[in-house]
Amino acid sequence: MSTTIRFVRTARFGDAGEVSTETLNGAAELRAFLRGLPGVDRVGAEERAARLASRSIKTTAKAEAIDLAISMVDLTTLEGADTPGKVRALCAKAARPDPSDGTVPKVAAVCVYSDLVDVAVRALAGTGIGVASVATSFPSGRAPLEAKLADTRAAVAAGAAEIDMVIDRGAFLAGDLGKVFDEITAVKEACGTAHLKVILETGELATLDNVRRASWLAMRAGADFIKTSTGKVSPAATLPVTLVMLEAVRDYRAATGRQVGVKPAGGIRTTKDAVRYLVLVNETAGPDWLTPEWFRLGASSLLNDLLMQRRKLSTGVYSGPDYFTLD
Amino acid sequence: MSDRMPERLAVRKTYKLFIGGAFPRSESGRSYVVTDAKGRFTANASQASRKDARDAVAATRKAFPGWSGRTPYNRGQILYRIAEMLEGRRDQFVGELRRAGASKGDAADEVDAAVDRWVWYAGWADKLAAVTGAANPVSGPYFNFSAPEPTGVVAVLAPDSPLLGLVSVVAPVIVSGNTCVVVASEPAPLPSITLAEVLATSDLPGGVVNVLTGRRAEIAPWLASHMDVNALDLTGAAAEDVRALESDAAGNLKRVFRGAETGWTADPGTARMTAFLETKTVWHPMGV
Repeated sequence: MSTTIRFVRTARFGDAGEVSTETLNGAAELRAFLRGLPGVDRVGAEERAARLASRSIKTTAKAEAIDLAISMVDLTTLEGADTPGKVRALCAKAARPDPSDGTVPKVAAVCVYSDLVDVAVRALAGTGIGVASVATSFPSGRAPLEAKLADTRAAVAAGAAEIDMVIDRGAFLAGDLGKVFDEITAVKEACGTAHLKVILETGELATLDNVRRASWLAMRAGADFIKTSTGKVSPAATLPVTLVMLEAVRDYRAATGRQVGVKPAGGIRTTKDAVRYLVLVNETAGPDWLTPEWFRLGASSLLNDLLMQRRKLSTGVYSGPDYFTLD
Repeated sequence: MSDRMPERLAVRKTYKLFIGGAFPRSESGRSYVVTDAKGRFTANASQASRKDARDAVAATRKAFPGWSGRTPYNRGQILYRIAEMLEGRRDQFVGELRRAGASKGDAADEVDAAVDRWVWYAGWADKLAAVTGAANPVSGPYFNFSAPEPTGVVAVLAPDSPLLGLVSVVAPVIVSGNTCVVVASEPAPLPSITLAEVLATSDLPGGVVNVLTGRRAEIAPWLASHMDVNALDLTGAAAEDVRALESDAAGNLKRVFRGAETGWTADPGTARMTAFLETKTVWHPMGV
């Protein structure tokens, strides 16, 4: 393990955090640091998320929020039944979500399994949309490190601009934080220039304290993004979990100066949900994160709902699912 | 003081909407006052908003595959069950209709007619295909069949006849496998919600019938223009609104039906059932 990051005490961070100005090394320090993170007030986090979720976003603000949300979508297909044809159809949709309306922004990225990256890269050539690939034996993360690294290298070689890796939840829950850290740094190295998104799978981490610890662990190991879930485990992304992760990236930037993105994924199906996440970002991490570069929504069915709402705003009549692609 | 029982507080029913098998309040939180024939206060009814209409259409769409996929025989059984449940609540409906201004005899007659109407339409469930479908004669080695299929999601503007009229517009829509959003009579919405309690306990899947109460003129245009609604029954629409609603309905070529609003006790005929049917014709090779 090789990391040297300077931590400074920040007023926002509270007293409980044992943040040292000394330069520290080693697994023992990592464990001590993560154990020393202040605990999360679960009731408070849920209440805060619920309160922010009750904000009313209407008319022009809603129209802007919908366009912003569309531009933040990582359009995802992660099924065993994915075919090259389905991936090409998804890429066409990513580049022009509503074929009848050219003013709809394109999505941020297309997210596929690593063996379909080359298909997506060819289909998206010239559109400016990145290809994200899940790797490291997604979704369980149960494979030897060599297999995970080979998976990552193959995806990068095929042209993936972003890698979504899963952490070893078993090692994390067993307390083997050094193993999780080393895996992330190894995968980060295998990524080369590709962005690394680290999936914490918060639905399996049991507590918000663990979510905070895993967030810091991933950021210290070099993650460019922290992502809530694979979408294969319930509960997937929730507002309180995302709130805790947004606080973590905010505090991490205050401590180190490096900005890390956040991506909630799974279970975000309606425009209302998406707008709630945007409010949460703005009120927690701040407007710096309110761009596709720093905040993504991992979803597939969400896009159709955003498009339906957008068409309702532009035509004045309610639209129906018959008028949008099935995916 | 202790030998007298305290006077019991009456438990009065809150009249809500019926969407997707549940009884929610209006999303808008609004209600309006319903009066009896003499203008006296009867109850507060929910005043549905366009978002309630949208939610109701979503619930109706969701219920469509299941309901239309049932065998006609099973749909007939469920409609008959509705008649049984309605019969069991006969006194309650007579009371509601009397509060709305009907005389004792008229109210009893209307409830009887409504029960009979359900039974009449229940009998049609497994006969419609035989009456409206056909084995067509063609010159070739093929069978050629035409079979009726339900149109889909139907928005119904119910007439002001609070029970018999309502039953007479809802039953023919759902008997063939359509699902519907019903905008109840504006001046007399209460029997429609009590009828919804009957529907909710009759094995009718949630979302097959959804009942909205409120201002017709407010809700109807949203349903008429909704792109996920397949047909529109304008029976209860005000004459001056019909043209605009028909024009809205043309946006996605909805089937529009406008039956006469008179004579609910007369033989209804098959017009209301066949108005919401599509015909599917298939060719099938004959022999081996």
